[in-house]
Amino acid sequence: MSITEILFFFLSALAVFSAIMVLVSRNPVHSVLWLIAVFFAISGHYILLNAQFLAIVNLIVYAGAIMVLFLFVIMLMNLNKETERNKHIWMKLAGAVSGGCFLMVLVSLVRQASDFQEKTALMGTGDIGLIKNLGKALFSDFVVPFEISSVLFLSAMVGAVVIGKKE
Amino acid sequence: MPIQYYIYLSLALFSIGIIGVLTRRNAIIVFMCVELMLNAVNLLLVAFSKMHHGVALATDPATTAGIDGQLFVFFIMVVAAAEVSVGLAIIVMMYRNVHSVDINFLNRLKN
Repeated sequence: MSITEILFFFLSALAVFSAIMVLVSRNPVHSVLWLIAVFFAISGHYILLNAQFLAIVNLIVYAGAIMVLFLFVIMLMNLNKETERNKHIWMKLAGAVSGGCFLMVLVSLVRQASDFQEKTALMGTGDIGLIKNLGKALFSDFVVPFEISSVLFLSAMVGAVVIGKKE
Repeated sequence: MPIQYYIYLSLALFSIGIIGVLTRRNAIIVFMCVELMLNAVNLLLVAFSKMHHGVALATDPATTAGIDGQLFVFFIMVVAAAEVSVGLAIIVMMYRNVHSVDINFLNRLKN
């Protein structure tokens, strides 16, 4: 087993375990912290795939900004205690069964698909994930969506202020 | 690494997100599970872009095939940041009105 495979399985196990802990934690603050662990694991996967720009953006935007926003809202509402009432066990069972059925159907589909046989994702090599190449593509081929996303941000900012304003 | 491993990992994360949306009642945790599903899709897009790049690299050593996938991931992150800011503002407004973030209080939109 090479070092890449060991890292892949370690990061995968970390991601799945942390994602499960996001669900089963009763305290919302613990859920946020486990979700940050998931984001770190996914950033590790990006580095393994040599997508360094996305790894850094994932850390800065998701683990840095979005999760701080979540924590801020949780602290603002004083939700850092277990407030969720117990609901019927049948509802939880139904949710878990339907999610598991979804997973089983898609896994069996992928196992049989002939398109994915013998295909590998390039690890460690290939320089399309570097900032230089992504920046060139972003400012030449994708410049219109890039500018439109600034309008999206402006509207989101205005929307958040208007919604969050008191009366 | 075989592409199936990445597909299985992304499917597992996506299914965990679905189970969270279906079983939890706290609106913030439901929102966090949506973020988890977005991240599973992002991981799969990057893995597919590297797979596509590996196939194209065999014929043309200077190709940039597969760079679209990584830019799509970038735009998904942009949209997710905007979505979170608006969504959390909505949750704060809901908390101000009903003093709870339990989504069961949302089953009556009147009053």
